Amino acid sequence: MTPATVFLQQPDFIRACYIVAFSLFIYGLSGLTGPRTAVRGNRIAAVGMAIAVVATLLNKGMGNWGLIVLGLAIGTAIGVPAARNVKMTQMPQMVALFNGVGGGAVALLAWVDFRNSGGFAHTPTYVTIFSLFAGIVGSVSFWGSNIAFGKLQEILPGRPITLGRGQQFVNGALFLLAVALGVAIAAGSHAQILIIGMLLAAAALGNLIVLPIGGADMPVVISLLNAFTGLSAAATGIALNNTALIVAGMIVGASGTILTRLMAEAMNRSIPAIVAGGFGGTVTAPGVEGPEGGGTVRSTSPDDVAIQLSYARLVVIVPGYGMAVAQAQHAVRELTRELEKRGVEVKFGIHPVAGRMPGHMNVLLAEADVPYDQLKEMDEINPEFPRADVVLVIGANDVTNPAAKDQPSSPIYGMPILEVDQAHSIIVLKRSMNSGFAGIDNPLFYNEKTALLFGDAKSSVSDVVSAVQDL
Amino acid sequence: MLLTNLAILVLAGFVGYAVISKVPNTLHTPLMSGTNAIHGIVLIGGLLVLGLEGHGFLNKVLLVIAIVFGTINVVGGFLVTDRMLEMFKQRSPDVVKRDEDDAK
Repeated sequence: MTPATVFLQQPDFIRACYIVAFSLFIYGLSGLTGPRTAVRGNRIAAVGMAIAVVATLLNKGMGNWGLIVLGLAIGTAIGVPAARNVKMTQMPQMVALFNGVGGGAVALLAWVDFRNSGGFAHTPTYVTIFSLFAGIVGSVSFWGSNIAFGKLQEILPGRPITLGRGQQFVNGALFLLAVALGVAIAAGSHAQILIIGMLLAAAALGNLIVLPIGGADMPVVISLLNAFTGLSAAATGIALNNTALIVAGMIVGASGTILTRLMAEAMNRSIPAIVAGGFGGTVTAPGVEGPEGGGTVRSTSPDDVAIQLSYARLVVIVPGYGMAVAQAQHAVRELTRELEKRGVEVKFGIHPVAGRMPGHMNVLLAEADVPYDQLKEMDEINPEFPRADVVLVIGANDVTNPAAKDQPSSPIYGMPILEVDQAHSIIVLKRSMNSGFAGIDNPLFYNEKTALLFGDAKSSVSDVVSAVQDL
Repeated sequence: MLLTNLAILVLAGFVGYAVISKVPNTLHTPLMSGTNAIHGIVLIGGLLVLGLEGHGFLNKVLLVIAIVFGTINVVGGFLVTDRMLEMFKQRSPDVVKRDEDDAK
């Protein structure tokens, strides 16, 4: 063995590498908070991760190399194409999926720790407790994220699926069961069935927490599960006495918690209320064709829309998930160019939770080259709506629903919305009369100032663009 | 050992809080995706346990799955964040402005 190898295998050298690694995580993350430094920040964090992985492999006495390489190779073979090929519009479910597998890894590690130590037989109690905590939270995160993925990918129905009144009771019982099994293990029972039961109870809990949650709350849930996985990784770090895991996991836990709170505040929803049972049982019947309560819907044509837009002074575009699904962002950019050529002022009103993740619309519009300064946040754009001649709502629904302001019985009552009904006229681009992802009827569509242009958002916008060009 | 680790845990929590608390809305999605990649660090937990204490068939299977999961989390997470951010980088108004200034 050469002196260099001996040096590299010293535990202190490996620990020093971990310090470098988590410093790079922190430095990289601070870069992620500004648009100019963000790309570099992400890459710096990735370098930190590479250092941590290589340093780990230097450990003296490492074996099972074939299996290690196999695991890394399979993971890379799955992860790289998935990340490369995912469409920008499918980003939220991709993040949910990547988050889920992280939680899954944590849960599996807790199980193996149990098996390796004969049911934590001669393990310090605190290691047992942190390991079991990681197992429960990791399992909740894995299953919850998978459900979130399934809902966003539309494998599962997007609207809330609940057990009705018993929901909270069942959730509470599963939580207590998982904790009770964990306590039994920590108290000295070594039967493997206990930890399997604990992980399964947590798995069921993860399913049941996310299934009742409607689409409008999904961004908050993904962020919350992201924080969960971070916390569980930190707990694993304490159980394994590994600083890199502790620091990296805890940073994610802390930042994810803040992000979750910011998002919940933007929707005027409390995190406990979201977790305890989604929108509850107050959701109106889904997929209602035609108006409810006697309102009528006025539809319009691309040519009329083009005329209205071209002779407006201020047009505010409100994009939503429909724009993302139809990939209409480039056509929208084209439309703004045409209108600006004619001297129309165009602004974008971005609701904090439009789409399926915070910043989702910003990412799509940035992809289409829309300048930053045209994107206005909710507080900035709301006072401007009374001045707007035309508001063009492209595939957004719940975030414009006036019921949130004036119908206390509505499930989204209290959520801050973009007050598009204040504008002189409103044009809504919609695929059909189906209600939004949250399954709530929108009185905006029956407003006498509103006209609806039915069809796929992308082709509708393209039609409007060519109509504007022909004017 | 426990107390040292708890100290690290608490400090890391405050660091996470301090670093993240001022992020523009625009960057929330990439930020979520980037932090998501970082908790893929659990990969090294899988590597350590498989490399040093990986005995028995079922344990090995579980650990290989954990490593696969961790690798997907890390590699996929960083790549997807990079793709998202690339779109911001090229069109950042600051960069455009700086380029214009350089051209003068």
